[in-house]
Amino acid sequence: MAELSFTEEELQEIERIKAKFPTVKAATLRVLWVAQNKYGHVEPEVQSLVAETLDLPKSHVAGVASFYTQYYKEKKGKFVLDVCTCLSCQLCGGYDILHHLEEKLDIEAGETTDDGLFTVNEVECLGACGYAPMLQLTNDVYVNNLTKEKVDTLIENL
Amino acid sequence: MAQDWKSYEPLLIPDIPNLQEIDVYEDNDGYKAWKKVLSDQNKWSRNNVINEVKAANIRGRGGAGFNAGLKWSFMPEPDGGPRYLACNGDESEPGTFKDRKIFEYNPHLFIEGALIAGYAMKVDVIYVYIRGEYISWVHQLQKAVDDAYEKGYLGENILGTDVSMEMELTYGAGAYICGEETAMLESLEGKRGYPRTKPPFPAQKGLWNRPTTINNIETLANVPLIINNGADWYGNIGSEEHPGPILYGISGHVNRPGVYEYPSGVPVLDLINEVAGGIRGGKELKAIIPGGSSTPPLRADQLEGVTMNSDSLKDAGSMMGTAGMVVMDEDTDMVEVLWRIAHFYKHESCGQCTPCREGTGWLEKVLIKIKNGEGEMKDLDLLLDVGNQMEGRTICALADAAVWPVRHTINRFRDEFEARCKKSAHAVA
Ligand SMILES: NC(=O)C1=CN([C@@H]2O[C@H](COP(=O)(O)OP(=O)(O)OC[C@H]3O[C@@H](n4cnc5c(N)ncnc54)[C@H](O)[C@@H]3O)[C@@H](O)[C@H]2O)C=CC1
Ligand SMILES: Cc1cc2nc3c(=O)[nH]c(=O)nc-3n(C[C@H](O)[C@H](O)[C@H](O)COP(=O)(O)O)c2cc1C
Ligand code: SF4
Ligand code: FES
Repeated sequence: MAELSFTEEELQEIERIKAKFPTVKAATLRVLWVAQNKYGHVEPEVQSLVAETLDLPKSHVAGVASFYTQYYKEKKGKFVLDVCTCLSCQLCGGYDILHHLEEKLDIEAGETTDDGLFTVNEVECLGACGYAPMLQLTNDVYVNNLTKEKVDTLIENL
Repeated sequence: MAQDWKSYEPLLIPDIPNLQEIDVYEDNDGYKAWKKVLSDQNKWSRNNVINEVKAANIRGRGGAGFNAGLKWSFMPEPDGGPRYLACNGDESEPGTFKDRKIFEYNPHLFIEGALIAGYAMKVDVIYVYIRGEYISWVHQLQKAVDDAYEKGYLGENILGTDVSMEMELTYGAGAYICGEETAMLESLEGKRGYPRTKPPFPAQKGLWNRPTTINNIETLANVPLIINNGADWYGNIGSEEHPGPILYGISGHVNRPGVYEYPSGVPVLDLINEVAGGIRGGKELKAIIPGGSSTPPLRADQLEGVTMNSDSLKDAGSMMGTAGMVVMDEDTDMVEVLWRIAHFYKHESCGQCTPCREGTGWLEKVLIKIKNGEGEMKDLDLLLDVGNQMEGRTICALADAAVWPVRHTINRFRDEFEARCKKSAHAVA
């Protein structure tokens, strides 16, 4: 793989992030986000880039990346479907939604389809309990009040 | 109080279109409290602000219910070094989804409250830490913060005074534990979210070892109301021992789940039947979890006369927590529910303390066994035993939060657990 690097624009953004805090270390989480938004994951070589850019030990960056679930430590599908099955979603059929997706895409939770399009995960409460069952699409949009039909339409539209 | 909640007009999330826009907010008395404080700093000295908030007896909306003004008063005298306010928008307790409403509908009320709090504690920087999954709301709040800077409510020499304060937003990346206040400080410092031992409390040694206070988003959104209307007025809203407006999150088997603002002390059954439209499908109520997954469940027959305030819920055998109420109908399988709660805490334990790391694993493992029909009667006592050995022996309250639902769900629904055990082949063998 070609040597990884941040663009001038990204480096400026990183400087802006650093300016928010009195220490460089404090920027770690945010710069990991910048990296993940660029590469789609934070595999070890991306962690190295973050560590070099911030001049922090690689072990520190790796430790942080491994602690937080939203960082993808390995490649995921183009679309990551994080289905909430926690308390309120469980009560409102979150597992039916999860199993429907597993069947439809022929994978188990935690896996990615062969074509690299979809990853399905089972996740903990996303703070949308009043809209249960729900899922979050690739760390971004919340899709609320799911039914099997709504899930089918979502998959077709992606 | 009892019945007058019906005529209550919301104050935290009033029904005013586009209130999230700064002009609309200003047209509706927005930033009035902040201007009032800044324009008469003798009357509104730092101590007077703290005393007013203390007298209002507003109790932390992050779940522990600590008197906010009292907590502010723990900040040491300024020594010239930096001081911080860290606003807790991590909101991850299952059943809790209320702070987001403030980001969506009334972000400036929160910003104004945080500024007044920051002034009272003489902080230099206000950090707002929001859970990473709420990225859309982070962007919305950032817009509001930018507008507040533009209008001079924030930054250097605020509104021409010698008061200066910065506000920085940041966000996590998926870890429930970062809502625990000291874990949040670690995360803000760019590290893994491992809770710190208290004491020292953050007021002594917080962010970068400097004096820091942590408050929940909803707690801070109440502050302008107190400054505008006074502690007496505030203390008369809802129930005396836990006054003020509350954002009740209602989810589960109700017809109209959502976040509703009412005074504290609304009868639990009114919230379910009137506010949230009753149980779905005309079924019977079985149980509730009153304030997020860590608060013990109550059976329907325990709810007569119980109101949403700390004392009433305590008498009933539970807690107010985050006021995120989860409602369960007659068909709910309590074994499945308890297993899912145990699974959550196992997943979210940071692993620093042995009793929590091992204990949450045991709780889940035994509950899986019972749920799969392989449990024995003695497993129920094992669960209670494991719980007793975890409680009070760990760095943070996550372990306790994992134990309470186990203990009380088993005690309050013991028949259901026993029935599941008896059916098992092990019991017959
Ligand atoms: N909002 C949410 O999503 C969640 C809320 N929670 C709630 O969190 C609660 C537990 O929170 P904790 O912070 O562990 O409770 P706590 O009782 O230890 O502390 C509450 C607040 O008071 C302060 N405090 C307490 N005693 C003090 C003293 N002697 N001196 C100075 N300051 C003092 C603490 O620093 C903290 O800010 C649970 O009851 C639960 O309801 C739990 C998980 C998630
Ligand atoms: C495991 C754990 C998770 C917590 N998560 C949150 C949270 O997401 N949001 C929050 O405001 N408080 C949370 N708390 C409570 C905080 O530690 C702290 O008490 C609160 O933010 C203080 O603000 P308040 O006094 O205004 O309520 C959590 C506590 C524990 C033990
Ligand atoms: S009690 Fe659990 S979550 Fe809290 S610090 Fe200990 S191991 Fe971590
Ligand atoms: S339980 Fe699914 S969003 Fe809260």
